[in-house]
Amino acid sequence: MHEFMNMGGYGRYVWPSYGLAAAVLLWNIWSAMRLQRQALEHARRRAAIAASDADRRIA
Amino acid sequence: MSGLTTSLPRAAWLVLARDMRLAFRRWEQVTHPVVFFLMIASLFPLALSPEPSQLRNIAACVVWVGALLSSLLALESLYRADQDDGTLEQLTLSGQPLAVLLFAKTLAHWLLSGIPLVVAAPFVAISMGATGEAFGVLMTSVALGTGVLSFIGSVGAALTLGSRRGSVLLSLLVLPLALPVLIFGARATDLAMRGEPAAGPLWLLAALLILTVTLAPWASAAAVRISLE
Amino acid sequence: MATWTWFHKLSSPPHFYRIAGKMIPWYAIPAALLIVAGIYGGLVTAPADYQQGEAFRIIYVHAPAAWLSLMCYMTMAIAAAVGLIWRIKLAHALAAASAPIGASFALLCLVTGSLWGRPMWGTWWEWDGRLTSQLILFFLYLGYMALRSAYDDLTRADRASAVLAIVGVVNVPIIHFSVYWWNSLHQGSTVIRKGGPAMPPSMLIPLLMCFAGFTLLYAALACVRVRAEVLHRERNASWLKELGQG
Repeated sequence: MHEFMNMGGYGRYVWPSYGLAAAVLLWNIWSAMRLQRQALEHARRRAAIAASDADRRIA
Repeated sequence: MSGLTTSLPRAAWLVLARDMRLAFRRWEQVTHPVVFFLMIASLFPLALSPEPSQLRNIAACVVWVGALLSSLLALESLYRADQDDGTLEQLTLSGQPLAVLLFAKTLAHWLLSGIPLVVAAPFVAISMGATGEAFGVLMTSVALGTGVLSFIGSVGAALTLGSRRGSVLLSLLVLPLALPVLIFGARATDLAMRGEPAAGPLWLLAALLILTVTLAPWASAAAVRISLE
Repeated sequence: MATWTWFHKLSSPPHFYRIAGKMIPWYAIPAALLIVAGIYGGLVTAPADYQQGEAFRIIYVHAPAAWLSLMCYMTMAIAAAVGLIWRIKLAHALAAASAPIGASFALLCLVTGSLWGRPMWGTWWEWDGRLTSQLILFFLYLGYMALRSAYDDLTRADRASAVLAIVGVVNVPIIHFSVYWWNSLHQGSTVIRKGGPAMPPSMLIPLLMCFAGFTLLYAALACVRVRAEVLHRERNASWLKELGQG
């Protein structure tokens, strides 16, 4: 295990590379999901406002 | 009716002549970029060392970085005033192909911003320890290079017309696109200063100029129309 | 004719929204499997390179990132051209969605290239042809995103940035050529070599898996981002009301 982490002496270059790759992948997933969540939330709110406006007009 | 229509070459000529005349009335628009160029060039000896051998090594780099930055600075004035007073809108409505009119405008801009740099470049080169035989290549390369920069820059200037922040954004857009000019121009100058044949990079610069001159006005025209929408 | 109607149907926002929503797992799950398998293969089963030792394992994230950053730019430019010519908002949305993804992978490629270069060259940064043109590609992305954010009006941002993307994509080969030309004058061969026929299958297969996985991941991310863009752009459309009830 220790040998695997050491990567033949190159561990301190290999692991940060993979760490950064993981960070970039996760950032991409997180930011895309956050955009989607915000957009959905926004759309729901607008639809709710529109619906309550319509109700008031009927009343 | 036929008396009112203008032929396309004549319209382009009128645009060119108007821009030249305006520039001669507002002279600082022409002189400021050159002064800026000379100031940038004087920064290098101060930052590096007054040692002639070192300066001679970076002479081509100084001339080209200076030329690139000062032609970026000059781009600000390409469309801004014409947008403010409505001239640009008139050009789009004139019924003439906008790309050709913008070609004329950019040509005027190149004459007004590029030619002064061509004249100033040998003085910078002399101050960096260059000798006379490189001047032909130096001036040709600066002339070709500033032409490419003007035409690429006209697209960038047109794109940033309608946006909130102008000049820094313009540099961000144009600088990466201008790098081939820097590479070929500096290389040609460097070769000439070492007394080697510099035809290769000069031809590449010329090819770049032809490509940019044929394509960029169309992109500028599209960008101006978008900005004025 | 059939493809044309299909194209039109797909470019209608509600239809796209539904289809893309269904497609996401079909991209995301294979992407996850391929990336995990490829990286496992690259880190564990692939033998060490005879020249570069274990350091070559960085290729399994570096090369796919380089590919993705270039592919994103191409996608962005093609989508921008489609959007500009046929005035399709979805294409603009795809262009806008691709930029941050491509920029993030360009950055990943740069930093992993630097980490790879440190033991190989002995410096963190070498003005090597590949890395330099990757750096310029990263700058092109930054310019594109800066231009987009400088416009308040979405339609104008779309159209102006589309012109920039097209101008940029015409320039990318010129920039590549000039940087390589410049580089070949100043130094010898590059240390980072991409996989060629010389690579044994035990090294190559994980690399190909990573390439495929990253590409599929891009497809999934683009679907999510374009869907969000569609929701934002269509905020006044009636088909969104159903979503509010649902």
